[in-house]
Amino acid sequence: MTRQEILSELKKVIAPYTANKELLAGINEDTDLIKDLKINSANLVDIIIDAEAKYNIEIDYDSADKMINVGTCIDVIGEKINTRG
Amino acid sequence: MNNHILSHLPYKSSFRFVDNIISLNEDEVIGEYTLKPDSFFYEDHFAGNPVTPGVILTEIMAQIGLVVFGIFLVLKESDLKFLENDSLFPLLTSTDISFHKMVLPDQKVTVISKKQYFRFGKLKCYIEMLDESKDIVAKGMVSGIIKEIKR
Repeated sequence: MTRQEILSELKKVIAPYTANKELLAGINEDTDLIKDLKINSANLVDIIIDAEAKYNIEIDYDSADKMINVGTCIDVIGEKINTRG
Repeated sequence: MNNHILSHLPYKSSFRFVDNIISLNEDEVIGEYTLKPDSFFYEDHFAGNPVTPGVILTEIMAQIGLVVFGIFLVLKESDLKFLENDSLFPLLTSTDISFHKMVLPDQKVTVISKKQYFRFGKLKCYIEMLDESKDIVAKGMVSGIIKEIKR
């Protein structure tokens, strides 16, 4: 999967947790999930769990810690997809 | 045996809403609380007609279903000993509860909380509250996180 493909899928994963659909439509790799998209920090856990189900991957504690903005989310998801058994 | 968890609850008397833990394991907790007729909220809610506020029912569900459960899971996961100087500090992060029946002073309620997940420090549970006739008083999804503060 390319970064662009992961990004467009990621938008769908994030959608239920942000009220601002305009902001979501315009996200880029620098968009911060909490500061820019105003996502409740506890909902980051739900986004990680939903992403795991969607991509059939497992995200460990250290990787989850890196998922701060859209770019680092794509990094982690891309890496886990590539190492998937 | 399960009730030693109660010594870890950070609440004082007027805001502690757990009397007894009936069962506790990694998937589910069941606990109970009897509403005290002299509780501070009955005097004004409502004047001359005491009814337990929905926020208090929510708090009872959260204290048994998330806080007791969460402390149990954190202690289990981290293999911490029951030290007196460690402090576990709960924060409610979301609720989606529907209310079905009134609860009056002196009534006993039972709270059953089933774990949906406990990951990255967040506990999400489906929680039901039943009255003494086993009717559903309230039910819904509730989430919270537990912070550990080392002093």
